[in-house]
Amino acid sequence: MYQYDEYDQRIVDERVAQFRDQTRRYLAGELTEDEFRPLRLQNGLYIQRYAPMLRISVPYGHLRADQLRMLGRIARDYDRGYAHFTTRTNVQYNWPALENVPDILALLASVQMHAIQTSGNCIRNFTSDPFAGVAGDERIDPRPWSEILRQWATFHPEFAYLPRKFKIAVNGADEDRAVIQVHDIGLDLVRNDAGEIGFRVLVGGGLGRTPIIGEEIAAFVPWQDIITYCEAILRVYNLHGRRDNMYKARIKILVKALGIEEFRRQVEAEWAHGRGGPATLTEAEVARVVAHFVDPDYETLSGNDLGYRQALAANKPFAAWAKRNVRAHKVAGYASVVLSLKKTGVAPGDITADQMDFVADLADRYSFGELRVTHEQNLVLADVRQSDLFAVWQQARDAGLATPNIGLLTDIICCPGGDFCALANAKSIPIAEAIQQRFDDLDYLHDIGDIEINISGCMNACGHHHVGNIGVLGVDKNGAEWYQVSIGGAQGNDTALGRVIGPSFAAAQMPDVVSALIEAYIDNRHDDERFIDTVRRIGLDPFKARVYGEKRAERKVANG
Amino acid sequence: MAKVIRNGCIVADDFEVLRLAEGDTAETVAVPGGRVIVPLAVWQARRAELAARGADIGVWLAGDEAPAALAADLPRLAVVAVNFPKFADGRGYSIAALLRTRHAYRGELRAIGDVLRDQFFYLTRCGFDVLQPKEGKYTDAQLEAALASFADFSEPYQAAVDRPAPLFRRQRGVAA
Repeated sequence: MYQYDEYDQRIVDERVAQFRDQTRRYLAGELTEDEFRPLRLQNGLYIQRYAPMLRISVPYGHLRADQLRMLGRIARDYDRGYAHFTTRTNVQYNWPALENVPDILALLASVQMHAIQTSGNCIRNFTSDPFAGVAGDERIDPRPWSEILRQWATFHPEFAYLPRKFKIAVNGADEDRAVIQVHDIGLDLVRNDAGEIGFRVLVGGGLGRTPIIGEEIAAFVPWQDIITYCEAILRVYNLHGRRDNMYKARIKILVKALGIEEFRRQVEAEWAHGRGGPATLTEAEVARVVAHFVDPDYETLSGNDLGYRQALAANKPFAAWAKRNVRAHKVAGYASVVLSLKKTGVAPGDITADQMDFVADLADRYSFGELRVTHEQNLVLADVRQSDLFAVWQQARDAGLATPNIGLLTDIICCPGGDFCALANAKSIPIAEAIQQRFDDLDYLHDIGDIEINISGCMNACGHHHVGNIGVLGVDKNGAEWYQVSIGGAQGNDTALGRVIGPSFAAAQMPDVVSALIEAYIDNRHDDERFIDTVRRIGLDPFKARVYGEKRAERKVANG
Repeated sequence: MAKVIRNGCIVADDFEVLRLAEGDTAETVAVPGGRVIVPLAVWQARRAELAARGADIGVWLAGDEAPAALAADLPRLAVVAVNFPKFADGRGYSIAALLRTRHAYRGELRAIGDVLRDQFFYLTRCGFDVLQPKEGKYTDAQLEAALASFADFSEPYQAAVDRPAPLFRRQRGVAA
C-alpha cells in the first residue's frame, strides 16, 4: 500500500493547519456561513440534521490496520462509538463537534489520512477495484494509477470550484468492479496492440437526478498523457459546464448538450496544447508509486488446503459463509475474505469502534496488515491463507461480521437516509432492515442467489439505486415518505439503469413489494438464471403484474 | 484608494473598475479619466479611443468571455482582470491559466469581484499576481493576516502557472 513520503505528509499537515485557522475564523465570525461552506465541504464537513457529519477519505478503498484503529479511536473519542462506510468507500462520522474537527484531522494526518475533497464541487475521492492486486482477471493493477491521479487532483488550483462535484473511478480488470460507467470520468486500464499501457476513457456517466451511462471519449490514451488528458476534460467542463442550475451542472449534462463528438472535439483541441507539457507522467514517477504496490511476501502453498476442505465438509455454516464471503485469489493457497457489514438490525455499512479494532487485529494477523473498503459497503481482507479461513470465520462470526450474505438479497447498499442526512426525502435504513428481516431464511436467500438491492433516500442517489437489480428511491409526496421501485439496473460490464415499475409505495409495503418481485423471479427463472438475467429476458410486465395485480399493470402508470 | 495585494504585498492602487450599470451601453458609457479597467465590451467598442490612453487602461473579462477575444491586444495592455461574480464560480481560474499559458500574457493579471483570502493560494497558482478583494471586505489587519495564506502549502503536487513543473519533476525527480 502507498506510504507517504515527506511531501505527502507535509501537504496533509499543512491542510490541518489551514483548516484549523479557517474554523477559528468561522467561529470568531470572520468568515460568513456562505464563505465557510465550500471550505468545510472540501474538508468533508457537512452540517447535518442533528450534528455535523465528517467524511474521511479512504483513497480507492485501501486502509492499513493502524489507520482503521485510528478510525476506531476517533469514533470512540469524538463520536458515539461507531462510523459508517459509504458507497464512495469513505468513512463518515455522524456526531462530531465542529470545534473538534481540526483535532480529528490532526489525528488522521498522523496515520496518513485526511478528509480532503470528500465533498464540495471538486474532484472527489478516487474509487477502484476492492480486489485490485489479487483478482485473477486483472489486466493492470489500478492502484498506482489511482494514487498518481489522487495526488494530481489534490488541491488542484484550477479545479477546486467546478460547476459541481466530479467523481473518477479506475478499473484494471476484465470485470469492472469500480462502476466506471456511471462516473464523471471512468478510466479503464488497457494495453494497445504494442503491449503499452493506456486508458480507455469514459466521460459523462453519473447517477443522481439524471442518471446517464458514460460514453467513450477516447479508446486509448497513453499512460504518459493521462493527466494532461484529464486536465483537458476538466478545463472544458470548468469553463462551459452550467452554473445557473445545480441540477444541470454535472459534466454529463454538458456532454449530452454538446453531443459526445463535439465534446471530444473540444477536449482534443484543448489537449493539443497541454499534451507533452510538464504534467506528462514520467517513468520514474510511475516506478516510484508502483513500488508501493508490489505483492506482499506470499508463501508457496498448496492451492487446495486439506484442513480447509475438511472444515468445509464438516461445518455447514462455515461452508455457507465460504460460498458467499470468500473469493478466489491469484496466488495458490490464498483467498480474499469479505467481512459483511450487512447484519440484519445494523445499518448497512455501519461499524463500531470495537469492531474496527477487531478487524485491524484480523488484518494484522491474517492479511499483511491491510484491508479494503468496497463500494457495496463491506470490508475485505484481501490476502488470507486458505488454512486460516476457518479461524477468521470463527472470530469474525463472534464479532458479528460473518453474515454469509455477500451478493445476496440482504447485502443491501443503503445511504444514511433521512435518519441522518439533511438532503434525504425519506428514511432508507429502516427500509433495508425491514427487507432484511423479511428474508431471514438463509436457505431461501441462497436459493434466490445473486441479487443487488440498492436504496437511496433521495435522488442524489448515494445508495446507487439506479444500478441496483432492485432499486429503491425515497421520495417526498406532500410531506409523506414514499418509495419508488425500479428493476433491471446493474453494475459491472453490463451496467444498466433500472426502470421504474409503477407508482410508489409506503414504507410498510416495501417488504411485500420485494417479496412479490422475488416470487415473480422464482416463478419465471430458468436454471441458474440470476434475477437480473430473468428481468432482462422477460421484461418488466410479469414483475409489475405480481406487484400491482394484473389489472393495474395493464394501465399506463404515469406518476411513477 | 483601494488596497490590493500585488505579488504578495499590500499596496495602494488607483485603478478604478468600470462596470456597466443597467441602461449603460458599451458604446456610450462614460469612461472616467485616470486609470480604469473597462469591461471587454467597452474595450471592443472603443478600442482606438481607449488604446490612446496607454497604460491607464486595463480590460476585465467575465466568466463567459474567452481570453482569445483579447489575444491580439495582450501585448499592449497594462492590466487584464478577471471578474469573480461569486467566489465559488471557478471559471476565472481556467481563464487565468489560459491567459498565462496559451496566450503567454506577461502583464498584470488581476482578480476582481468576490475575491476572498481563502482562495488567494489557488488564485496565485493559476497566474494572478494582483488580488483585489472588494473594498471594505477586509480590515488592514485582516488583509495583513491573509498574506500568510500564500504559504498554506509549500510544495503542491501538480503543475500550474506559478510552478510549471509538478512535484514529481520538481522535487521527487531530482531526489531520485
